Amino acid sequence: MSLTLVKQRTDQQTASPRRVDGVAKIRGTALYVDDLPCADVLHGATVRTTEAGGTLQEVVFDPAIDWSEFVVVTARDIPGMNAVKLLENDQVVLVDRAFRHAGEAVVLLAHADPEKLRMALNGVSLVELPNTAPIFDIDAALAAQHEIIPGNIYTDYLLDRGDVAEGEHLADVVIEERFLTPSQEQLYIEPQGMLAHLQKDGSILVEGSMQCPYYVLDALVQCMGMDKDHLRVVQSTTGGAFGGKEDYPSVIACHAALLALKAGGRSVKLVYERGEDLRVTPKRHPSRTLIRLGANKAGELQFIDMDFAIDGGAYRTLSPVVLSRGVIHAPGPYKCPHIRVRGRAVATNHPPFGAFRGFGAPQSIFAMEVAMDRLARKLAMDPAELRRINLLRTGDVNPTGDVVGADCFAHAALDVALEHTHYYHRLAEYRAWNAAGHQTRKGIGLATFVHGAGFTGNGELHLASRVSLQALANGHVEILCSNTEMGQGAATTLVQIAADALGLPMDRVHLAQTDTSRVPNSGPTVASRTCMVVGDLIQKAAGQLLQRLRETAALAVSHDAQSFAAACTRLCAAAGDALVTAQYQPPADMRWDEQAFLGRAYASYAWAAYIAEVEVDVLTLATRVLDFTAVQEIGNAVHPVIVQGQIEGGVAQGIGYALYEDVLWNERGVMANDRLTNYIIPTSADLGFIHVVLLEGGLGAGPKGAKGVGELPMDGPAPAIVNAIQQALDIDIRQIPVRPEMLLELTVSGGN
Amino acid sequence: MPTTMRINGKAFQSSSAPNARLLDVLRNECDLKGTKEGCGEGECGACAVLVNGKLVNSCLVPLGQMEQAEITTVEGLPEDSALARAFVQCGATQCGICTPGMMLAATALLMEHANPTLEEIRWGLSGNLCRCTGYGRIYAAIAQAAGGSADV
Ligand code: FES
Ligand code: FES
Repeated sequence: MSLTLVKQRTDQQTASPRRVDGVAKIRGTALYVDDLPCADVLHGATVRTTEAGGTLQEVVFDPAIDWSEFVVVTARDIPGMNAVKLLENDQVVLVDRAFRHAGEAVVLLAHADPEKLRMALNGVSLVELPNTAPIFDIDAALAAQHEIIPGNIYTDYLLDRGDVAEGEHLADVVIEERFLTPSQEQLYIEPQGMLAHLQKDGSILVEGSMQCPYYVLDALVQCMGMDKDHLRVVQSTTGGAFGGKEDYPSVIACHAALLALKAGGRSVKLVYERGEDLRVTPKRHPSRTLIRLGANKAGELQFIDMDFAIDGGAYRTLSPVVLSRGVIHAPGPYKCPHIRVRGRAVATNHPPFGAFRGFGAPQSIFAMEVAMDRLARKLAMDPAELRRINLLRTGDVNPTGDVVGADCFAHAALDVALEHTHYYHRLAEYRAWNAAGHQTRKGIGLATFVHGAGFTGNGELHLASRVSLQALANGHVEILCSNTEMGQGAATTLVQIAADALGLPMDRVHLAQTDTSRVPNSGPTVASRTCMVVGDLIQKAAGQLLQRLRETAALAVSHDAQSFAAACTRLCAAAGDALVTAQYQPPADMRWDEQAFLGRAYASYAWAAYIAEVEVDVLTLATRVLDFTAVQEIGNAVHPVIVQGQIEGGVAQGIGYALYEDVLWNERGVMANDRLTNYIIPTSADLGFIHVVLLEGGLGAGPKGAKGVGELPMDGPAPAIVNAIQQALDIDIRQIPVRPEMLLELTVSGGN
Repeated sequence: MPTTMRINGKAFQSSSAPNARLLDVLRNECDLKGTKEGCGEGECGACAVLVNGKLVNSCLVPLGQMEQAEITTVEGLPEDSALARAFVQCGATQCGICTPGMMLAATALLMEHANPTLEEIRWGLSGNLCRCTGYGRIYAAIAQAAGGSADV
């Protein structure tokens, strides 16, 4: 196996062509949903429940308002099924009677004048019979004195390999801990929104900010009771998503479409203000983990025993899938014969939690990686050394019982990270600094982890994604797929992959707008799957297109853009079919038992070692990240600048998760800090340069060995930072975000 | 009474109420959609514009204060500039929703410091949130536009 450092491979900027969407975004001409031209538009707004579950008794409309001026929609106006299409139909589009959390939509209003609309919102009052014993805590939900659903458990998974009792027997040292992670808001800077139009032929077009146009289409089919041919979903430029625009856009699209249906031909725009977006849209699942690790004196892990529980909120939504990723990633990149991870997603009266970069993995990896440092301390061993002893190697059996193949770079990533940061040197330097009694304490901490790309287990098989390439008579080629550009660079990367496979310059290849009336379903834009899975399909389709041009339009084996164009002209003139489609086929060795959690869970894993260096002010207890290094083996960096940007951006979100970001709840389970003044994300004043070191092993399942990148930078920062702070202050931390108030409590109780 | 100002070099008169937000005047009356609304309360900088050369958040500015003001939005920046080229090359834009505000913040910064240090760049952008990039590629682009090295 050979490993390449990206910077040495090539000059980064030559390997990284200009982003195809760069100029429009820099000049401000890219159109986001709120910018779409639309004459005579009505603005929509939503009346919501205020109690943490209960029964809706009555809706009272203020008689002082002339309601005939407004479009008013309630559950009775839903032509199809009153359920948001997702894994289960448990969540209503509009509340009719029973509801489970504050913030559920009851009445939709639309009016041309936003001012009048705002006043009318206050003119609708709901008579709610409240649920008297709402549940907002994971363990309270598990105690199940009050049931939201039977047992308050959406899903209960068990990964159980080997025999933990046997492992306990073999362990000389055991640690036990309880960790908590909070919810986290995606905080895309563009709030969610949709624009719906009723067309003359009675069909409905919905445009807006989204990750997954086909999820939205399926939701519309169910709610509007219309067939696919009468519904069309088009993605507008999307101003960030990070998972936050995976499921909820379906809800807003249904709402906007219901209003449009009743608005007599006028279009309806439903764009959330920041506060509403923060209060009602899904966020990262809070988690609680009980963990026990045991090792022998040499530091070899003997058992991992975890009880991992996440708060799913009031409806099931995506929680089972988030949970399964969390469970599979929990034991980390380590070799251990006896592993038990029990995972449960529980029901509470919070608004449903959803997808956010990492999708369950950052929560369980946080627990595992901080516990590893705890174990190292008990063994009186350096944390890097403990990891070196346990990291997987080719030929080892991984936590889900799969034999690790050649694509294993756990040790390489750790070695590069230690070398790059001069880890041992820094460690000694910081110890000396701390002993000298300065105003600050310093620490260096690490996290080693692995992240699987693509849908878990058989997910890709069920999706059966399709991608098409359309050759045009002028020799240009269009990519037709449902995957969306939301900032992560998919538009550029996919064009680059197609151009490369077709032997064409990039300006001959175009990504068609994601419009469900034109593009096939190539699956949702989630799970770091686009470059790897969809990119691979594009490559296959390119092969088919070249073959067709060679067989039917006399394209020479070696061609340039000109001869390619000539062949396309011939193909189109002969009315030959210039459209090719490739469909996903799972790798032959992809076997996954979703009951037992055994087998090969992902087509590819990316390997990483992250190192954080921090400084804590002894007086203010504020933590500053001095330096952050992310070493990442990603198979092949298709576009190094985009990959670097993805990792830097993900690390920044991870730093926020570790130090600043905390969703606070009011007594009704609604986000209380629902403004950017009090939900704090990192600014440029908080962040210096993040050092990204990319390693390419070339063995991933994507184009030229590429692997998924998007989610993985979210996994490492929080544990690395917490480990660094623990070392700096010589304390035990069990919870994030690590704010000064929490450190004060810990240092006081620790007697420091 | 109408308010008269110059927007991107052209005279413009608005008869909206003096308490109308400059952001809405720009977006709805002038159809300058490059100025974005991310929070509506002065925290994110997506709505940033230059007023008499100074960076301000247009969601907080009432129209009434704009009499005779010289306003520059992203549409008023040169189409091709060292800054624009560096932003594309360095990967300083991802989803792009913060980018117009960032371009204006960077323009204001470079007017004040022709060769900014990293610290100056970080402070200059601290009123503009970006959730995608972690800021690193934006720092690099500004450094490159100022004639420095982007290899940071
Ligand atoms: S919209 Fe003006 S600062 Fe956020
Ligand atoms: S590029 Fe998306 S917020 Fe900055």
